[in-house]
Amino acid sequence: MAIRNSLTGQFLRRSSVAGARLMSSSSSWFRSIEPAPKDPILGVTEAFLADQSPNKVNVGVGAYRDDHGKPVVLECVREAERRVAGSQFMEYLPMGGSIKMIEESLKLAFGDNSEFIKDKRIAAVQALSGTGACRLFAAFQQRFHPNTQIYIPVPTWANHHNIWRDAGVPMKTFRYYHPESRGLDFSGLMDDIKNAPDGSFFLLHACAHNPTGVDPSEEQWREISSQIKAKGHFPFFDMAYQGFASGDPERDAKAIKIFLEDGHLIGLAQSYAKNMGLYGQRAGSLSVLCEDEKQAVAVKSQLQLIARPMYSNPPLHGALIVSTVLGDPDLKKLWLKEVKVMADRIIGMRTTLRENLEKKGSTLPWQHITNQIGMFCYSGLTPEQVDRMTNEFHIYMTRNGRISMAGLNTGNVGYVADAIHEVTKSF
Amino acid sequence: MASSVLSAASHSVSPSCSLSTTHKGKPMIRDNTLGFHRGPNSFSSSRSRGRISMAVAVNVSRFEGIPMAPPDPILGVSEAFKVDNSDVKLNLGVGAYRTEELQPYVLNVVKKAENLMLERGDNKEYLPIEGSAAFNKATAELLLGADNPAIKQQRVATVQGLSGTGSLRLGAALIERYFPGAKVLISAPTWGNHKNIFNDASVPWSEYRYYDPKTVGLDFEGMIEDIKSAPEGSFILLHGCAHNPTGIDPTPEQWEKIADVIQEKNHIPFFDVAYQGFASGSLDEDAASVRLFVARGMEVLVAQSYSKNLGLYAERIGAINVVSSSPESAARVKSQLKRIARPMYSNPPVHGARIVADVVGNPVLFNEWKAEMEMMAGRIKNVRQQLYDSITSKDKSGKDWSFILKQIGMFSFTGLNTNQSDNMTNKWHVYMTKDGRISLAGLSLAKCEYLADAIIDSYHNVS
Repeated sequence: MAIRNSLTGQFLRRSSVAGARLMSSSSSWFRSIEPAPKDPILGVTEAFLADQSPNKVNVGVGAYRDDHGKPVVLECVREAERRVAGSQFMEYLPMGGSIKMIEESLKLAFGDNSEFIKDKRIAAVQALSGTGACRLFAAFQQRFHPNTQIYIPVPTWANHHNIWRDAGVPMKTFRYYHPESRGLDFSGLMDDIKNAPDGSFFLLHACAHNPTGVDPSEEQWREISSQIKAKGHFPFFDMAYQGFASGDPERDAKAIKIFLEDGHLIGLAQSYAKNMGLYGQRAGSLSVLCEDEKQAVAVKSQLQLIARPMYSNPPLHGALIVSTVLGDPDLKKLWLKEVKVMADRIIGMRTTLRENLEKKGSTLPWQHITNQIGMFCYSGLTPEQVDRMTNEFHIYMTRNGRISMAGLNTGNVGYVADAIHEVTKSF
Repeated sequence: MASSVLSAASHSVSPSCSLSTTHKGKPMIRDNTLGFHRGPNSFSSSRSRGRISMAVAVNVSRFEGIPMAPPDPILGVSEAFKVDNSDVKLNLGVGAYRTEELQPYVLNVVKKAENLMLERGDNKEYLPIEGSAAFNKATAELLLGADNPAIKQQRVATVQGLSGTGSLRLGAALIERYFPGAKVLISAPTWGNHKNIFNDASVPWSEYRYYDPKTVGLDFEGMIEDIKSAPEGSFILLHGCAHNPTGIDPTPEQWEKIADVIQEKNHIPFFDVAYQGFASGSLDEDAASVRLFVARGMEVLVAQSYSKNLGLYAERIGAINVVSSSPESAARVKSQLKRIARPMYSNPPVHGARIVADVVGNPVLFNEWKAEMEMMAGRIKNVRQQLYDSITSKDKSGKDWSFILKQIGMFSFTGLNTNQSDNMTNKWHVYMTKDGRISLAGLSLAKCEYLADAIIDSYHNVS
């Protein structure tokens, strides 16, 4: 993937609207604005909704579903909402957001006994879920390290490209997914880290990589950390699935712990969309680890200065839920139990899907289905095979072969396995 | 009062961020020496543990060159107020509504809407990028009127934004992307964050005359002259009603003339409507300026906020509306606004949007809401009247204080200068911003006489 240069983009945009300001008063100001490209994932869901088949399955969905295919609101969240209802004024939060939520978020990510927390060496702000956190950091990188590049894994969550591009940060890529083995291209990844200019920024998925589901092993994380440190790169972690990936929040934050033990100062985006099911409440946080408290105060002040002209201050309701759940021992215990239920159901679907495929007599290797982690499975299906899944079996997924395990349940997993076998078997 | 600190965080003047000349692009804080600190371990802590790095450590943090951002002046006012031990202290820097007892207020209709949500057991699913459809519909209709031809013809692109600020930012980003180099004219003075928003969106701006310190009123001639002088096709940022920070609004006749000049110069109006219903107590009256422009067939951008009129402050609910001349271009505009929002925060918060949709979309709650807005606006009007009465009964100098009654909304520009404002704080324990703005929301009827004494003393005895 070529470097995306913001100057080039600016020039192209300027050319396309060169005549904008020469319009007569009867012309539309917005005539020259072209439609934005369709969102491919939304397109999948729209096509699914339009399908009349009683057998249709949506495995393009980006949110958790229960075994009946229904959205889930966790009981700990319902209880937290009952507690906060009527007892809070809707006063503006500070620009940095809810202090209580930030405190609990840092403990969740870095551990209750973290030295960074005790020494007040973390600049942390509440953000509009994971996306808002990434965008704040990208704008921060652009402002204070304008000559650096962000290295983004191939592939990654599609919005990552938009986030850093709109923030004006040049992008490069590093190898990550290995199509032949449907696993990690570890040597390619290490080579790219080694070859990047010293002091580059690296975007890393902390766990449950989206869209592949492929994560480094603990040993691999240690080597990645060591190589990044040797090059003086800055690691920025996007952790959207802590607790949701394996059912154990500490285990899911293992990569971060490894980097901290190695002495890295990291950036971290956290999201409560998946692990607490707070999707539309937009609860998240951005942390930047610093040398000392003075630096943390300075960094935080600049993050707030970036947030203020973006949205002034972050939304309250989701932050109240998070701080109530994580701040109350009983609710936190209930949350841990509920997040494990979600993780276990997805792990169970992975196992069942693989078993059904192998039972069907498929001779292809399917162990990647159970090796991969989190909500998404990079199945390895080709775009043509995906089209057949849709046209012949009414199973909807993105054309890169990504399957959302959340869309599978005990009622449809057999059917999906049959379909996959049909489109992949050789005659 | 911790809440006053929180409440002062937004919609307030930030003099330290003000720029008086034409400004292009993003102000860049660069430390050119930073590049020389780059090297192995520049992101590493000196407390590293575990495996030993093969490289020689250079323990210089990548964030060493980052300076402290300037403190927020409004927060400073509230913080100083908090630590003052005086029994008579007044916080007139507060940017949110207060009751006569000077307490935060959650509207009854908001509580009812929240209870409805709890009873329904609503899920927490993602909203579309453009926000809640029910919210967007209710919002456009509230602003323009449900029978407005622009709505019927589907010429309005409405996208839910993070309150007024987020909506302004989406509009600014649209300008940067599709009208590169176009200039935005903003009033002098204006809400401090306006400049931050256009700066960070890389949109050049300059000021047009608005406030006349001699009359503590509108410099209408200067305003018209500056809009007329602006390059053709400029964006003109207009406060729909209840101008912040001055409280000074054009009259209906003046709005007509402003529209004339904007049409004549082929400018495009960009309205900031943060106080609809809250300013006068009437939703229709407060939306009259926007509706006038739309009725003339003009294309407009309008940023809306529900922070003040529904008291949803921290829920961050607002919208950006683009009224276009055709439904086709409105659809294209909407798609591009979504494209801008997606990499900023993906999709907007759901809680407050549901409250708005439930209140505005339910006739019973809607009527109760109108009554509550009238009550809030009425309290502020009463305070204005009482303050004016107190000042005029005490001040024998003959000075004309009628501007206090003419101003609209939460804020009042007193005409006090920096030294006089300092005297208000140091001698009278009245906390306000140094531009002489007071927030009437922080004033109760019982305190009007005290404040009148302070203003008269500061005006006459401090130069």
